[in-house]
Order: sequence, then structure tokens, then C-alpha cells
Amino acid sequence: MIEIKNIEKHFGDVHILKDMTYKFEQGKTNLIIGESGSGKTTLLKILVGLYKNDNGSVLFDGIDVNKMKRKERKALRQEIGMLFQGGALYDYMNVEENIMFPLTMFTEKTEEEKLERVNFCLNRVNLDGKNHLMPSELSGGMMKRVSIARAIVMEPKYLLCDEPNSGLDPKTSILIDNLIQEITKEYNITTIVNTHDMNSVMEIGEHIAYINKGEIWWTGSKEDLIKSENKELNDFVFASELFKRIKNV
Amino acid sequence: MLKLLKHLGQYFIMMNKVISKPEKFKVFWKQLLLEIEKVGLNSIGIVLFISFFVGGVVSIQTAINMSNPLLPKYLVGLASRDSLILEFSPTMISLILAGKVGSSIASELGSMRVSEQLDALEIMGVNSASFLILPKIIASIFFFPFLVIMSMGIGMIGAWIGGLSVDLKTVDFLSGLKYEFTPFYVTYSLVKTVVFAFIIASVSSYFGYFTKGGSIAVGKSSTKAVVSSSILILVCNFILTNLLLA
Ligand SMILES: Nc1ncnc2c1ncn2[C@@H]1O[C@H](COP(=O)(O)OP(=O)(O)O)[C@@H](O)[C@H]1O
Ligand SMILES: [Mg+2]
Repeated sequence: MIEIKNIEKHFGDVHILKDMTYKFEQGKTNLIIGESGSGKTTLLKILVGLYKNDNGSVLFDGIDVNKMKRKERKALRQEIGMLFQGGALYDYMNVEENIMFPLTMFTEKTEEEKLERVNFCLNRVNLDGKNHLMPSELSGGMMKRVSIARAIVMEPKYLLCDEPNSGLDPKTSILIDNLIQEITKEYNITTIVNTHDMNSVMEIGEHIAYINKGEIWWTGSKEDLIKSENKELNDFVFASELFKRIKNV
Repeated sequence: MLKLLKHLGQYFIMMNKVISKPEKFKVFWKQLLLEIEKVGLNSIGIVLFISFFVGGVVSIQTAINMSNPLLPKYLVGLASRDSLILEFSPTMISLILAGKVGSSIASELGSMRVSEQLDALEIMGVNSASFLILPKIIASIFFFPFLVIMSMGIGMIGAWIGGLSVDLKTVDFLSGLKYEFTPFYVTYSLVKTVVFAFIIASVSSYFGYFTKGGSIAVGKSSTKAVVSSSILILVCNFILTNLLLA
């Protein structure tokens, strides 16, 4: 479980996040939805400590990150897997080296043990035998899957995904969504997914937070979403003709 | 001025992060070898090529300007030697390396920044500045002096061949090379090189590491890296020459 309490963030004079309080639940795919520029990435980066929040606190399983000692914070980082919008694979390493990197850096495993774990993760994302491809040789969907493999290689307790579907065709998107969902259930981890893709919302939205104007504007499940009367939410979610029709039947 | 101070502050904060004990020596060693190949080995060709031809031109020009029979014959060898050792090899080669190595360091780190690869390292708990920049600095400091020594050698061969082409006798050229040779000049030259190597690697890393924006910003960072390190090299050259030779 990850909790945020009264999180505030400014960039210069712009107030990006205003007093956000929320709980991301364990064993669930927690979705953050909102327009581009609404602060979804900023919030994720605050959670993992890449940005500092101006105010408020972040708690991982009840423990305030700011009150942790350096060592504890470092240990926590190894329990977080993150999937970046562009994949962020190290482009001078091949697929195998990319996935193996955290193991090499932070564990004392032997080469065989590491390779076994890498192959297990590759198999989990359906990329068996692609060990020696370079990132430049991968398609968008494969790149995302390798990033997922790298994110789960250390058996994280928390998985954070920034727009896992951006730049993917609808079919691949759903594949990735389902993969994230399955991994979440399988290992009972706390997963947070940022998205503005409504297909994902309808596919895996069990615990949704809608960010608007720097606030958590609405929360609920996809069933709640269809029934919701919230104007801003409806304008955002049911923007296309197709979704408007779904809403109205 | 305020901007300069901001850069300076940010630079020292970065260097403070860079100078820390590597997480794993095996991984560090691998990175270091990779960097030696990138910044050092891959520059040998261009350094040799330029040094040979500049050496040749220096001796031809000296020979032509000193065709007065009253001047001693060894002067061409002497002038070529000193200009290569004192200025050309350390300073000019460093400026060329600032262009070649500096821009590649800045664009490599810049593109890792904009594609969030640096963030990905940080998330895992890796000190990205130290992990990526320290090996670059060490590789440069360690390898550039070799490049400069090579440059001196090849430059003198170029000067000899240049001399031959304007009928300078090998004996005269060699006696010039040996005439009142001051070993301290080589030390001076290598001290400069080490300082320049540090400037190139750290300043270029700085501009790459703090790239903001997209791929256009990467290009800008790499231009800034080359311009700033070239200016710093010239300024430090002036200061070091004053300190060491005057
Ligand atoms: N490092 C930064 N410095 C200044 N402004 C930023 C920075 N990162 C993001 N922003 C601004 O914050 C706002 C929210 O950005 P972001 O969190 O990326 O939105 P989203 O991920 O929802 O599209 C945007 O207006 C963006 O321009
Ligand atoms: Mg975003």
C-alpha cells in the first residue's frame, strides 16, 4: 500500500499538485487518469523520490519516506519497479544486460542464477530467446515488455507505470495492460498506472483516481465511472462519440 | 553573471555526487574499459593524422622563413620540437578532443537524460552521476596524456618529413631536436593535458547531465559543452603557462 498525505508541488509559480491525499491499494491496479499535463508523471516521480514534494508526506506500507534513514530508503528503492513512458532501456546494453543490470548491481547472485532469473522474467513477458537484441532493434510493444521484465526482475513490492500504452496500437496496449494486471495479482503487489487511455480504464480500472486542476477530483471503479454524474470527469472520459454512446445505453 | 554562478554551483553539486565510491568495483571496471575505448582508443586515428600534418607544416614554414645562411641549420628541428611539445600537442589536441570527445559525452548523457534512462538508474538506487561520469573523467585523465605523447612523436616525424621536402638534411634536423632539450617542457605539457582532460570530461558531462527538454536540447547541450570546455581550456592554458613557465 502506498499512501500520500497532503502532497503539494509547485514548478516555479505553477501549482501542479494541490493538497493530494489518497491510498493506492495492495494487490490492485490503481489507475491515475487525467489530461496530459495534469501532473500524473509528476506525482509518480514524487512517489519514487525523483522529485521532492513541497509539502505533505509519502508512506510506503505505513512508513514515511522522509523519516527513513538513507539505508532504508535505498532498500526501499530496490522494492520499487518502475516503467517509464519511453521505456528508458539503457541503449548501450542488450535486452539481457538491461534486465540483468539491477541483479548485477544489487545482489550477490552467480551468473547462472542471474541468467535464470532473467530468462524467467523474459518468459513472463513472452519474449523468450530475445536476450541478445539491442533496444534499437525492438518494436514499441517489445520495448515496453522488456521494461516490464526489468521492473519485476528484483521481485518488487511496488510497480509504477507511466503511460504504459503510449505509442502502442490498441491490441498491443491491451496485451500490456493485461500483463500488468496479471503480474499485480500474481505477486500481490501495489501497482500504480498512469494513463489517459480510456481503453485501459475500461480494461483494468478497478481503483481509479481522476486528477483535475491539481486535485484528486473523483475516485471509484470503472463501474462507478460509467454511472458517474461528475461533469468534468464525464467530459474527460466520454470525450469520443463511441464512449458517449456506451455511457448512454 | 548570475547564470554563471548558478552553473558553477550546479557543477560543484554534481561533482560532489560524482566523487563517491563505486557501488561495485567489477561493474565500475567494466564501465571504465568501455570509456577508455570511447574517449581514448577511438581518438587515436584523428590525433595521429592531425599531428603528422601540422608537424610537417611547422617545419616547412620554419625552414622557409629561416633560409638566411647565417642562421644555424638546427633551428628548424628546434623550433618544431618546442612548438609541438609546448603548445600544439597539449593545447591544440585538447581543443580537438573537446570537439570530438566533449560533444559525444554531452550528447550521450543528454539523450540518456531526455529518454529517462538517468531516472531509471536513480530509481534503482544507482548514483547515476558517479556511475556514468566518474569513469569518463578517469578514462580521460588517464588516456589523454598518452594521446598527447603520441601526438608529439608523430608530429616530429611529420616535421622531419616536411623538412626533407624542402631539402633540410636529416642530420641537421636531428641535431635541432636534441639541442638544449628541456625535459621540464614535457612535464609542463603533460600537466596541462591532465587539467584539460579533466575540463573536457567534467564540463561536457555537466552540460549533458543537466539537459532539459527533448532531442533539440541534446544538440544544444553538446554545442555548449564544446564551446565552454574550449574557452576554459584556453583560459587555463594562459594561467598554467604563467604559473609553470614564467
Ligand atoms: N521538471 C519540470 N520543471 C518544470 N515544469 C515541469 C517539470 N515537469 C513537469 N512540469 C510541468 O508540470 C505539468 C505536469 O506535467 P506532467 O506531470 O508531466 O503531466 P502528465 O504526466 O499528467 O502529462 C506540465 O505543465 C509540465 O509542463
Ligand atoms: Mg506524463
